[in-house]
Amino acid sequence: MPEPIAIDRAVFSELQQTAGADFVIELVDTFGEEAPGMFAELRAAYAAGAAERFRRAAHSLKTNANTFGATALGNQARELELGGLPADPSGIDALQTLLDATVPALKELARG
Amino acid sequence: MAERGARLLVVDDNKVNRLLLARNLTLQGHQVESAENGRIALEMLRRGGYDLLVLDIEMPDMDGFQVMEQLAADATLRDIPVIVTSSLEGVATIVRCIELGADDYLHKPVNPVLLKARISSSLEKKRLRDQQKALVERFATSAVAADLQQGGFALGGKRVQATVMFCDIRGFTTIVESQGPEETIELLNTWYTLMFEAISAQSGVVNQMIGDGLMAIFGAPLPVAEPPLAAVRAALEMTEMIELLNAERAAEGKQALAIGVGIATGDVFAGYTGTQERATYTCVGDTVNLAARLEAHTKLAVRGILVDGATHAALAGRVASEPLGAVQFKGKAQAVDVFAIATTPVA
Repeated sequence: MPEPIAIDRAVFSELQQTAGADFVIELVDTFGEEAPGMFAELRAAYAAGAAERFRRAAHSLKTNANTFGATALGNQARELELGGLPADPSGIDALQTLLDATVPALKELARG
Repeated sequence: MAERGARLLVVDDNKVNRLLLARNLTLQGHQVESAENGRIALEMLRRGGYDLLVLDIEMPDMDGFQVMEQLAADATLRDIPVIVTSSLEGVATIVRCIELGADDYLHKPVNPVLLKARISSSLEKKRLRDQQKALVERFATSAVAADLQQGGFALGGKRVQATVMFCDIRGFTTIVESQGPEETIELLNTWYTLMFEAISAQSGVVNQMIGDGLMAIFGAPLPVAEPPLAAVRAALEMTEMIELLNAERAAEGKQALAIGVGIATGDVFAGYTGTQERATYTCVGDTVNLAARLEAHTKLAVRGILVDGATHAALAGRVASEPLGAVQFKGKAQAVDVFAIATTPVA
């Protein structure tokens, strides 16, 4: 059984209170639509050896993860953002796995 | 402004950030539009009407730093307050934003309460700046206001090539004696309004108003393409306006007005004189004295507009004029060539 995804409930709940629960459903869906593109950019930057592009893509993922209180995803993205181009893609693969699990968890949480 | 909602522009390449910021600001009562990069944002800003910019830093095409550089270089946009929202780490980014003119810097995810407070504060500061600017323009004309805004205030001046104009209502004392004080003030206000309009339309700056007279400068503090031509065109326009005013006055059975205008071109020392507490933009020098002498000479010459040789030469025949010969003015070592401008409209 996979471990539960670390989401800071206080952050998520505050987001719902300030922006509105219905709006947060739409926002999470938007993140679900946008995340694959951001991740594709991360992989492409890695493949091209483009450190600055790689950092920016990781930065975008980090920012969005933190918006929803997805702390595990945010922390891993931050490590990639600040760590420079990695020697191997294992960190990217791990982030992909975490992202794939985080988006459904956020959708479920949003729909309460 | 904050109370009735301001028009804000949110700039962020990340759709989630953009939607969330726009949502929070809309809930706070503002009218919000958004752009996904700096280039689009600048295009929107140049179309005008925005009260504040909420700006991300890391964006493709044109980033937030470049946007702020462009804003600072554009006189029409540099007063728009900018609040930066970014999750870039490190103090260096914040310092650079502040140096580039950002009002504030908020870390993402942005706390909506903090965002509201910062936006209210920035809008209030902008409101006060706008008020101050309007006040300065009321007392110092928009050209001097622009000069003050661009270079700040400092006593002292510089030597510039400019054209100086003096203008006076003929026989004003007689007019004052024939009517009440309210009517005199009303007449002066009408006269000043008409003269200011004609002078401003030619990019001149009225820098002194003394009773029924005024002094205007063309070519300082802000450059004018052809100061002599601009000054003469303004004088002709002023004469036309007086004729229109006289038609109205005749219908009311009132005495006609006549003006005398003296114009001279040359080096002047222009700048702010006075004290740190009270100063005025003015210019001094031989050219100024000559323009005043020419204005006074209009009575003797029985002509409405007189110019010196330098102004006449710069007109290069584009305005009809009549040479009146050399005149020896008080305080001038040599006689000065004087020309009368034909007071009929020219193209």
